[in-house]
Amino acid sequence: MTATADRKVRSNREAGARAGGPVDSIDAAGLGRARAAGLVAPALVLVLAFLVVPAAWTVYLGVTDYRLTGIQAANPEFVGLDNFTAALADPDFRNSLWLTLLFVLGSAIVGQTVAGFALAWTLRTVPKLVRSVVETLVLLAWILPSSIVAFLWVAYLSGDGGTLNAMLQTSGTEWLLEHPMASIIVFNTWRGTAFSMLLFSAALGAVPPSQLESARLAGAGAFAQLRDVVLPHIRGHVLTNTLLISLWTFNDFSPYLLTAGGPNHASETLPVFIYNKALYGGQLGYGSAISFIMLLINLVIALFYVRLLRERR
Amino acid sequence: MASIRIDGLTKVYPGDVTAIDGLDVTVEDGSFFALLGPSGCGKTTLLRTIAGLEEASGGSISIGDRDVTRLAPGDRNVAMVFQDYALFPHMTVTDNIAYPLRIKKVGRSERAAKAAETGEGLGLSALMARRPGELSGGQQQRVALARAMACQPDVFLLDEPLSNLDARLRLEARTFLKRLQKDLGVTTVFVTHDQSEALAMADQIAVMEAGRIRQLGTPSEIFRRPANTFVANFIGSTPMNMLPGKLVGGVLQVGALEGVDAVAAGWAGREAPDGEVTVAFRPEYARVDGKGPLVFEGTVETTESLGASVLVTARTDDGQRVQVVVPEGEEPEVGAVVGVAPASGRVLVYDAEGELLSPSSSVP
Amino acid sequence: MRTRSVVGRLALVAFLAAVLAFWALPMLWLVTAPFDSQPGLDVSWPDWTLANFQKLSENPYAFSSLQNSVYLAVGTMLGVTALAALAAYSLSRVRIPGRNGILYGLLLLSSIVTGTAAMVPIFQLMFQLNLIDDRSGVILVLTGGLLPAAIFILKDFMDATPKSYEESARVFGASPTQVLRHVVLPIVRPGLATIAVWALVNVWSDFLTAYILLRDPAKIPAGVVMYTFYSEGGQANLPLISAFSLVYALPVVALYLFVNRRYGFRFHGGIKS
Ligand SMILES: Nc1ncnc2c1ncn2[C@@H]1O[C@H](COP(=O)(O)OP(=O)(O)O)[C@@H](O)[C@H]1O
Ligand SMILES: [Mg+2]
Repeated sequence: MTATADRKVRSNREAGARAGGPVDSIDAAGLGRARAAGLVAPALVLVLAFLVVPAAWTVYLGVTDYRLTGIQAANPEFVGLDNFTAALADPDFRNSLWLTLLFVLGSAIVGQTVAGFALAWTLRTVPKLVRSVVETLVLLAWILPSSIVAFLWVAYLSGDGGTLNAMLQTSGTEWLLEHPMASIIVFNTWRGTAFSMLLFSAALGAVPPSQLESARLAGAGAFAQLRDVVLPHIRGHVLTNTLLISLWTFNDFSPYLLTAGGPNHASETLPVFIYNKALYGGQLGYGSAISFIMLLINLVIALFYVRLLRERR
Repeated sequence: MASIRIDGLTKVYPGDVTAIDGLDVTVEDGSFFALLGPSGCGKTTLLRTIAGLEEASGGSISIGDRDVTRLAPGDRNVAMVFQDYALFPHMTVTDNIAYPLRIKKVGRSERAAKAAETGEGLGLSALMARRPGELSGGQQQRVALARAMACQPDVFLLDEPLSNLDARLRLEARTFLKRLQKDLGVTTVFVTHDQSEALAMADQIAVMEAGRIRQLGTPSEIFRRPANTFVANFIGSTPMNMLPGKLVGGVLQVGALEGVDAVAAGWAGREAPDGEVTVAFRPEYARVDGKGPLVFEGTVETTESLGASVLVTARTDDGQRVQVVVPEGEEPEVGAVVGVAPASGRVLVYDAEGELLSPSSSVP
Repeated sequence: MRTRSVVGRLALVAFLAAVLAFWALPMLWLVTAPFDSQPGLDVSWPDWTLANFQKLSENPYAFSSLQNSVYLAVGTMLGVTALAALAAYSLSRVRIPGRNGILYGLLLLSSIVTGTAAMVPIFQLMFQLNLIDDRSGVILVLTGGLLPAAIFILKDFMDATPKSYEESARVFGASPTQVLRHVVLPIVRPGLATIAVWALVNVWSDFLTAYILLRDPAKIPAGVVMYTFYSEGGQANLPLISAFSLVYALPVVALYLFVNRRYGFRFHGGIKS
């Protein structure tokens, strides 16, 4: 269907809605409720088995002393909230929580948002070729497999001939060992900016050009245009973007591929901490208690997001 | 081909929205039947309930001798043309037209032949390999009609068939649709909110309001003698003149018009009670020469050209506005004093409930 | 005014140069190292040899891991697309009791229960089901994880498709299956393609799930096998890793170029907003 035809149908729809056309019929497809439920069931079963059950299981495992091997593996005992109190008292956990906060603040809320917006803003006016080259690079960084990009950055930051040292004339600096948090924050900004760029491009595309033009006619500079015309329009997008990328960054496992949490827990964000404790160290019960805390934090962010979506409907 | 009989039909949507409210109507075999009414009055719902896309909450629908109230849409042998035409965007014109035959398991080559034949009848031969997105609005409409014709239904149902065409095309399409319907002779129900469309095309019009039929009749009956003030207001391209009046002992008094304080009328038929009434007449059925039994003196406020005629608006001394359509070139100057006189036999009187009182045509 | 615009242009050029350097430099290695006879961690002009690919083809696990990745990606893609399409269709068209609850729950779940937050119980679950070291198990887990978002996106697509298409087919007597096959699926094909590509890229890139659930070197996919290309002494086998990375990256690059050319790689009309 061509764009114009598409637009036409849409305007017909709107006309229909205005003329009091059927708003929302109960069963447009003529499926019948039983058959409809049958079509939803397989998907729901899988979601139930691999998302709901695991979520519930973290609660159960979290209150046991379950371990991967040994007596507790065969016969886990109920330990109540011990795992949670242990976690809160565990300096490694608190350190990890702090690092995760730094990671999210630095790479998502500051890094990706600022870089994504700056790119979306500047790329509107540059020649098409420049634009597509930059976009392609940023998008590739986003969609290439994490194992590859992690290795690329290991090579890039390496003290043994890494490109960054060659550029900065800082031969021999082991960035991943000497500045592990800074490294993974910059890495994640590089990796994830594409999403913010795309979202802000779409948002900026929806700002009425006539408003920008009248601001320009009134003599507004770039900054004033941004503040008075653009920001009010994209405030919702900024919030959406912030929530989503915070959630993803919070749950990101790729720091493991760069530093494995080291050296000496210096870059051990929560996902890495859980992996090291539970699956590597075998303390499944303790790991589950931490997972549960993670689920709770995710829930808080997600509830904000869902509320936002509903308000905008 | 078949007639449609609807008895006591009710449709209640979830949330207690009564869209059709105990409606009775019969559509004669082979007639071109218009459902006319303002938006939200239940026209589309009625059409969709006849098609089987909505389940009736009460009452029955028969097509021919068959009670179809509980049948699935596909078993009713009706064809529907949707407001947005609903042509399948991924199929060519041929495949679109042949789709009903595909469902009926007609072989591929026979299907294509039948589609080509139907398409040719509607002047689509050159477009058969295109997709709907590559067609103009008028062409899309004809493809939708061809698709509906291809399954040789007993009944055509058309929802606002002209509303997606631009003004000029709409006039052509009216003529085209009317001729097509006469040629095919298939019972056709079409929905429109445009009174001029219904008047121009239909054999019978049902004027609907809030899920009920307010008047059923031929276009000329409906135009000349609207059965109630609702229909009177709704029909006509220039609004009907409506003036408050009184009926006392069979004698009509219209307002406090200077010079005309009473008009005697022989109200035949229904016994007319004394009380408040509305006196109505169409601007087309009045003159400005002050000759007639009922004359409203007034000063001309505006004149608007309607093309071959002019709409004159005059204001009477007690503040009422009356409008008259006069032939081009015969309009009075703005500011002139005129006597607006409805033609004898064209004055309608409605009682306080808005129902028509004057069945006779005799205003002396 | 003029000087300001000159300064502005210079700043723009400087910014773009910095952006290009920031994103391109880390990627250079992927282009140069595979063709270098002695690849190091540095980026240097290669001597354009295919010897590394020769070595790669001799490695027993390189090819099998790519096969495993294809198996996982295609299996998950098919499962996610088919199940999400059916579910989204009936959620979009039929008011099933509790529909809003289901949708709301799905949206929350897909955001909350992430691979990292649920790795312990998922490992545990698969262990109990005897599905450790089983590729179908990985497909099931990945499908379950991707489904909620897929259903959500597809439902948006279906909601945007006029219902009159289906109703029109129904009036002609089409059965629900025929409506689905003849009308709905062809019309939402762009949506299905979006979901399919999205699922493919996601699974192709996956590291964690396979890393946790698969042990046997013959079963692990490409994302995990890279971390086995180390010598006895723990030294990275750079010839192998560089050549393998390039081969592993190419399908994603090809897919990106295809999608970008065909549809343009951007968000439309507030899909996510
Ligand atoms: N699916 C539906 N659910 C609830 N109410 C509906 C639905 N479809 C239509 N209605 C309501 O029924 C009434 C009649 O609608 P409709 O038949 O579309 O009117 P028309 O076609 O005359 O404009 C309107 O008040 C409309 O809001
Ligand atoms: Mg309607």
